[in-house]
Amino acid sequence: MRNIWTIAKREYDHYFISPIAYVVAIALLTLVGGYFAIILLAANQQAASGFGFVPEISEVNNLFAFILLIATPALTMRLLADETRTGTIELLLTAPVRDYELVIGKWLGSLLFMVSIIAVTLIYAFILNNQVDPGIDLKLLLSSYLGLILLAGAFLAIGVGISAVFSNQITAFISTLAIFIGLWWLIGIPASLLPVGGEFFRYMVMNTHFGGAFNTGVINLSDLIYFASLIAIGLFTGTVAIEIRRWR
Amino acid sequence: MIQVNGLTKDYGARRALHNITFDANQGEIVGFLGPNGAGKTTTMRILTGYMPPTDGTAMVAGYDVVEESLEVRRRVGYMPETVPLYTDMTALEYLKFMADLRHIPDSEDRAYETLESVNLKDRANSFIGNFSKGMRQRVGLAQALIHRPEVLILDEPTIGLDPNQVVEIREVIREIGKDRTVLFSTHILSEAQQICDRVLIINKGKIVAEDTPENLQSRLVGSQRVVLRVRGESDDLAGKVQKVKGVRDVEAKADGSVEFEFSAGQDVRPQVAKAVVQGGYDLLEMRPMGLSLEEIFLELTRDNASGKKSS
Repeated sequence: MRNIWTIAKREYDHYFISPIAYVVAIALLTLVGGYFAIILLAANQQAASGFGFVPEISEVNNLFAFILLIATPALTMRLLADETRTGTIELLLTAPVRDYELVIGKWLGSLLFMVSIIAVTLIYAFILNNQVDPGIDLKLLLSSYLGLILLAGAFLAIGVGISAVFSNQITAFISTLAIFIGLWWLIGIPASLLPVGGEFFRYMVMNTHFGGAFNTGVINLSDLIYFASLIAIGLFTGTVAIEIRRWR
Repeated sequence: MIQVNGLTKDYGARRALHNITFDANQGEIVGFLGPNGAGKTTTMRILTGYMPPTDGTAMVAGYDVVEESLEVRRRVGYMPETVPLYTDMTALEYLKFMADLRHIPDSEDRAYETLESVNLKDRANSFIGNFSKGMRQRVGLAQALIHRPEVLILDEPTIGLDPNQVVEIREVIREIGKDRTVLFSTHILSEAQQICDRVLIINKGKIVAEDTPENLQSRLVGSQRVVLRVRGESDDLAGKVQKVKGVRDVEAKADGSVEFEFSAGQDVRPQVAKAVVQGGYDLLEMRPMGLSLEEIFLELTRDNASGKKSS
């Protein structure tokens, strides 16, 4: 446990001196912030014309989730691939640290960084709360942010797993992105084509569990299990990849 | 402290280590000598728990490197050949991180102390990325020493250092070797001679010789090579030496000195000296040269080859 924390802390600190992390953070916050501003403006104008709609924080978080899909591979590609390239992995693998502690530590570090970015967007919720009457739906707010963190956790776990397989960051980035596109979109295609078994493919689509669940204010066990499984699979892949590296 | 028994390692179809057996006791400095690709790094990586062997066993500090890998890793300090470091950290941050991974209390104090022991205290807060090769080497050594390990394994610790730094690192190794076990690899024989209690020579994944440096050298000396130096011009010195009976392989060096060889038990030095003086030269120096590692190698591999043929 202590080793996980030591590694997570180093990784978290590293993001603050890493240009790519700043690019990701700025891109995420600008796009999401811009979108929020537009929604707010549109709502205010329409309110003036009488056809008012109440803007929800979940709309912003839907966009956030989609941008995460592209942003997280950029945060995770380095994590273990670069340790292999520079040889520093030899230090970690000869230190008294278990392979899974290393993988979980890396994941936790990246998740904490992502949570820091997500936390910044709480400002939007605060602004929105002052704009609408009688304030925003707190239950939806909580469930939406919990979903966002779980989604980020799943993306990052898969990214760490893939990063452990490769020693090249670009290869890790592209492979991770390909898997995300598969899980976000491609895997849902058979759902509407197959006469039977479509339910399974619909369950596998990531956004079913965020956009269609957490982000509507609904917290279901099946959605929790979905994200927990993805996190477990990602971290397990990473641990096995390191184990294989040792035996090779 | 280190007991290696029948260690074998395959990389795919290539066998990197063949059935290696040796041991190292507490307070012993053991030198691992061999050319690149001989299996030194592979052996060290197995002993530090980086990777498991294909066959055979290895015990370090009383623990099996495969079965009790974490126990072994707690007791071993390791400096890999490439000295991998996090260049985006300061020396102090880096050592503190490694100390934390080893659960050392007051890790920052310990990191500072260890930096002091390798003379890097004044650069504690500089980024490792800006360090010279020698300084990086010392940070790597500090990392290996930070938990005061029972066994220290150093892969080519003096490679790429300037002579002063080499002396410093050797001093550190000798100091540690007083009460702990040190296994280090090198391909410089004189280095092994200076600090090792025992030398293992490894070639093509096999141990070809194991002895004290002195014994190793005297055992292998079938012939003796000598350097000869005279005052002033030495144009025809080589020719004069060549004429002496029993002299072989005469070589005139660019600096004016002449080297030659003779078989052991047939000392021709008095005759050579006489010939030089009679030739009208002022003899300044006649000095036996130690065998270089390359020569020992050639010797050993030749022995091996002939041994195989006869069996």
